[in-house]
Amino acid sequence: MAGPPLGVFLMLRRMSLTADVMAHGVLPGIAAAFLVAGLSVPALWLGGLLAGLAVAVGAGALSRATGGREDAALTGLYLVALALGVALISVRGGAMDLTHLLFGSVLGVDDPALLLMAGTATLTLLALAFAWRPLVLECFDPDFARAVGARGALWHLAFLALVALNVLAAFQALGTLMAVGLMMLPAVAARHWARGVGGMVYAAAGVAATCSALGLLLSYHLDLPSGPAIVLVAGLAWAVSVLFGPVDGLLPRLVRRPHLAG
Amino acid sequence: MATAVPEIRLRDLTVCHARRPAVHHLTGRFAPGSLTAVVGPNGAGKTTLLRAIAGLHRPEEGRVELPREARIGLLPQQAALDRRFPIACLDVVMFGLWPAVGPFRRVPRALRERASEALAAVGLAGFEARPVGSLSAGQFQRALFARLLLEDAPIILLDEPFNAVDARTAADLLRVVRRWHGEGRTVIAVLHDLDLVRREFPETLLLAREPIAWGPTGEALSAANRLRARMMAEAWAEEAGACTRGDAVAA
Repeated sequence: MAGPPLGVFLMLRRMSLTADVMAHGVLPGIAAAFLVAGLSVPALWLGGLLAGLAVAVGAGALSRATGGREDAALTGLYLVALALGVALISVRGGAMDLTHLLFGSVLGVDDPALLLMAGTATLTLLALAFAWRPLVLECFDPDFARAVGARGALWHLAFLALVALNVLAAFQALGTLMAVGLMMLPAVAARHWARGVGGMVYAAAGVAATCSALGLLLSYHLDLPSGPAIVLVAGLAWAVSVLFGPVDGLLPRLVRRPHLAG
Repeated sequence: MATAVPEIRLRDLTVCHARRPAVHHLTGRFAPGSLTAVVGPNGAGKTTLLRAIAGLHRPEEGRVELPREARIGLLPQQAALDRRFPIACLDVVMFGLWPAVGPFRRVPRALRERASEALAAVGLAGFEARPVGSLSAGQFQRALFARLLLEDAPIILLDEPFNAVDARTAADLLRVVRRWHGEGRTVIAVLHDLDLVRREFPETLLLAREPIAWGPTGEALSAANRLRARMMAEAWAEEAGACTRGDAVAA
């Protein structure tokens, strides 16, 4: 999955909440598309993508325009989006299984969906490799980026679109509520394994791949829903990282070693 | 400077935060190659003025006249940056190459070496691979100066460059400022240390939302002007009506 590298950037931008908001934001989009166009995959994707982007961009604009705090605007929006999504789906009375939407069913993923996911992952990784420099600069010093004419806002929007795309790709397998887990948890865990942005991205991808495989096995053998199983394993990986990770981990801090000479 | 340094003209410039003017009806010019200190009490609109010149803050009224293609090097206030960001010193400095290489092109070896030279010029030789999180406030400021060196802009804006750095660092960085001035670049610095301003900066703009004085440092920083600046900055009308001065000028 290409989600975790995005998660690293979200974490660095202090936008961890944004992914969550997007995941909830895509729900009413998917539901509305379903009401209008029925079960057509392109329509569902378009609906979800537009709704996710609208929520994320809207929250940023809202907090800037009203001088409020962004986290408050985000929280407000995602609660409304979630409620709206569930209400819209209920209108058609269980034609779409709500639990599957929210929590996913990996084993129900068919070939076209799989291709879409692989396509999204490929596109995301290519885009990240391509736009690496502007993204890092935008994260580190947005004012400088604007002063040298780096078009920060444009990169930011493209980045948000990538996040929305990845949330969408993941929702069939993991569900909207759980998709973000696989994006953010490995990223947060990766912080404890690497000091540079590049290292964090590799570590996050590795953690995510391992967790997906282990989570799926667990889900199959213990008959758990796949989304929560994978996210639980990722949570375990995070806990292990916090405890034993070489960068700012708890255990290396507890072990007293003599301080360096200089 | 090989390329011509453009003049910066401010015409009746008003920049606001939520309709409150932070810079109010400011008119004047920064001559090419001038070295100007911007001085004033906290909340006087100094940072806002720099951001407006750099194009980061849109004026409510009036304008900053500057050729569109003019490149500006900006040193942001240090508090504005996340110093725990996981990035190496050399990478921060290399962002100064942005105008030369843009977002995608790879950095030629010659430019990479210039980045190392810039680090050495600010006293950070050998710091290339150090994460910025491990730098002290002074060292971080040196790294940002190295980024400016590499940027090679004809106009350089410094927002409180010597805050939170020790005397030795300030002296080293001041040497860099003098070098820029010697090369004919326009340098504008927001400063608080009046002794330093009197010693090193030929021109001063004393700002307290309203411009108080703008000219040779000795005159601008007279006791009468400084007192007026303090009074102006502390005046804050809760129920201020709309400003009509712009209309009067237009009429």
